[in-house]
Amino acid sequence: MKRKPPPAPTLISNELAWFGYPLLLWLMFFMAAPLFLVIALGFFSRGEYGGVEAQLTLENFHRLFDPVYFTIFVRSITLSLVTALICLALSYPMAWAMASASQKWRLYFTVGLAIPFMTNLIIRVYAIKLCVGMDGPLQSLLTWLHISFDPYQISQNQTLVFYGMITSYLPFMVFPIYAALEKFDFSLVEAAEDLGASQLKVLFSVILPNTRTAAVNSFTLVFVPCLGEFVIPDLLGGAKTMLAGNLITEQFLKARDWPFGAALSLGLMTVLLVLPYLLRRIFIPKAKAAA
Amino acid sequence: MLRIVNMSKNFASQTALADVALEVKDGEFFSLLGPSGCGKTTLLRIIGGFETPSTGEIYWNDLRIDQIRPQQRPFNMVFQRYALFPHFSVFENVAFGLKVKQVAPANLRRRVQEALNLVGLWALRDRLPETLSGGQAQRVAVARAIVNEPKILLLDEPLSALDLKMREHMQTELRELQRRLGITFILVTHDQDEAMALSDRIGVMNQGRLEQVSTPRDLYERPATHFVADFVGSMGSVHGECIDSEAMRLKNGSVIRGRGQLNLTKGCAAEAFVRPEKVHIGGNKSANEIYAKVRSVAYKGLHFELQLEVSPEQIIRAFVPPETMSGGVNVGDQIQAHFSPADTFLFERPT
Amino acid sequence: MKKGLASSKERARPQAPLWAFGVLIAVLIVLYLPIIVMMVNSVLVKTDTWHFGFDWYLQIWNDEELVDALVRSLEVGLISSTVATLISGMAAIALLRSRFRWAHIVNSLSYLSLILPELVFALALLSWFFVLKIQLSLMTVIFAHVTFSLSFVLMTVNGRLATLDVSIEDAARDLGASEMTILRRVIVPAVLAALASGFLLSFLLSFDDFLITFYTSGVGSDTLPIRLYTAMKVGLNAKLSALATLMFLLTFTLIMGLTKMRGLRQILTEEGH
Repeated sequence: MKRKPPPAPTLISNELAWFGYPLLLWLMFFMAAPLFLVIALGFFSRGEYGGVEAQLTLENFHRLFDPVYFTIFVRSITLSLVTALICLALSYPMAWAMASASQKWRLYFTVGLAIPFMTNLIIRVYAIKLCVGMDGPLQSLLTWLHISFDPYQISQNQTLVFYGMITSYLPFMVFPIYAALEKFDFSLVEAAEDLGASQLKVLFSVILPNTRTAAVNSFTLVFVPCLGEFVIPDLLGGAKTMLAGNLITEQFLKARDWPFGAALSLGLMTVLLVLPYLLRRIFIPKAKAAA
Repeated sequence: MLRIVNMSKNFASQTALADVALEVKDGEFFSLLGPSGCGKTTLLRIIGGFETPSTGEIYWNDLRIDQIRPQQRPFNMVFQRYALFPHFSVFENVAFGLKVKQVAPANLRRRVQEALNLVGLWALRDRLPETLSGGQAQRVAVARAIVNEPKILLLDEPLSALDLKMREHMQTELRELQRRLGITFILVTHDQDEAMALSDRIGVMNQGRLEQVSTPRDLYERPATHFVADFVGSMGSVHGECIDSEAMRLKNGSVIRGRGQLNLTKGCAAEAFVRPEKVHIGGNKSANEIYAKVRSVAYKGLHFELQLEVSPEQIIRAFVPPETMSGGVNVGDQIQAHFSPADTFLFERPT
Repeated sequence: MKKGLASSKERARPQAPLWAFGVLIAVLIVLYLPIIVMMVNSVLVKTDTWHFGFDWYLQIWNDEELVDALVRSLEVGLISSTVATLISGMAAIALLRSRFRWAHIVNSLSYLSLILPELVFALALLSWFFVLKIQLSLMTVIFAHVTFSLSFVLMTVNGRLATLDVSIEDAARDLGASEMTILRRVIVPAVLAALASGFLLSFLLSFDDFLITFYTSGVGSDTLPIRLYTAMKVGLNAKLSALATLMFLLTFTLIMGLTKMRGLRQILTEEGH
């Protein structure tokens, strides 16, 4: 039976409005104010001995385009994009399988993916390092197989950074796509199969276009934290894989150049805002037109 | 007596109520009837105090109440989907209003018991709402409201979530309850059979306006507006051009006479309504005569239902007793039918 | 009738191809393998031969510094999630049940805190504390943890309040209850489960946090993840495996608690904006 939606909230009384103030004040003081400070810092110059001088300059932003730093940014962006793409490629089959499983298994899969995801990053990285480290199972296996290897190379490399990133952020992608597929009308799949489409064809021309919004949004959800990642490259990548996150940390903690660190943070945030926006502009209007 | 004066309500740019004036007498069973979105629920919620009107006043025995909060109004409401407190037992639900008013425990228990006995649910007093059937939940909602001894009980589509059989049963219960308590009931419904069966008077609403307020019988026999004629009962209609206030001409030239309720100026678009049971097969010079093609014939037990196509898209329905059909009427036949001007209502067609 | 609808929906969902299940299972194995290796490592003790034992766990228990870090982690977790639940729970009620004048600012700021990279947030807070000359301590860690927990609690409670039938509150109003009575006897009981999930979720986030704690903690205020990180920089050993296993098991328990409350699934499958 068709039912009317419940009536809009009454809101006759406004006695409870002050309940919002603690949150407002807290967020203003601990979110908005620090962010404004970072923005402001970017325009100051660095003092003689690592302090901040109250002299306005655009120098910090010019330095962003210094090839040394710019390369690091480009590398970070590439790495994050590749990570997000691999996650996307893995997420669709996973989410599809989850959505078509029985109620009970759907819950098991969800919890099964959620547990490592919500486990402390440090623990996960530790576990990975344990596997590939000195006397770990991987190195023991290689020795047993008489394959020669460089123990340092094998415990710290870019592949491990990818592995760490993907296993950390994959759930950000799987869960939204799974949610979209749960609502997806699967009779479309049957219709496509009835018309002779192969499984891959079904995935690419039926499922993917109809869940575009979730795909683009979750792409952003993976891309954003990857780009700001600091712990994974620091612990798994070794000295060679310097990424944007490590660079910013270095400016703040080692070089003590806060204004430049702030400018780098702003640069990072710009990428984080612009790229997802572009993605949405490119992919989502089409989805709307198709609907 | 409840009196509503000059009431209107706007949501953002939308008009939910326009210039409503209404009086509801003490002890009356009054219904607000109309299609969804006509403003009937909004009007009820304004009476209950859950919405503030944009303009207008409400008086309760000459006391102006539109400014006071729902908590202070001597009315109680039965909500559309009952709105029982999910974490309270049946007893606690019914006791809530009394507890808030700090009624002494012994007195409270007696009154809750009375109210629950009245709806026959005292035995289920310890159950949680989620374990109740639709009909039981509805009764608890009624008990929860009447235990406070309201001067007016407001009911917002209380039966719409029940299945047909339960609904008919609850209609009888509501009517009996109202007689026993002797208080005013104001019911909102989109179901005209329900309104007809229960009410002393009905207010028909459309697009935020009160179209007609009268007894069920008057509503049926003397519709005041085009909307009421169209909405109440199920009348067939034909349209054409009006000649004067009591006659109009169809495209094919035949003249239809009827009870002209409006000031029809010559040449305007007019519509004539007639109830299917008043349409008879055959010719009759003293009545309105039409020629029509039989679109369909359906046997309905008491009568045959014919769809008569006067011209494309102009269809009149006729209920014909089986004995009249002995000659045999088949789909596609051209036949003549007639109906009395006394049973015909003429209205200007809204554009 | 509802059951019939649900089962027809089940039927309309064709099985995904086998290889899709293959990918799902493979990923799950890859996710869990290192954790299992870690757990095995933590219960292997080498004397003359390898054998099973809890010796490493005993060592943790006797390590005063680690126990102190554990206590600090729990302290930060409990205090910050209590504060966050209180502040955001109240705010959710103000946002959905009144006309709060600054609603759009609160909404944008809490959205911002969800998309802001942790690193930028951590460094911004660090600079802010520095400018205000606030000494880094356990207190600054708690401030930081409350801040990032707020929007998660807000989301959880908002979700519940938004689906809560408002006519229940109208009914209470109709029966003469004051706004405070409605809050106490109708709204709070109805969102209690959401508040509890919000609390657990923020505890989980706080207990697991490394990055933000790393930047906002002062001398002698390091939590368990920080301990693990610094120890790991020096070298891996089975004692660390035992510590990591313990932390993993606590997280696991909390997640199971959350799943019981159905709060987690709701949050995880919430479509991103």
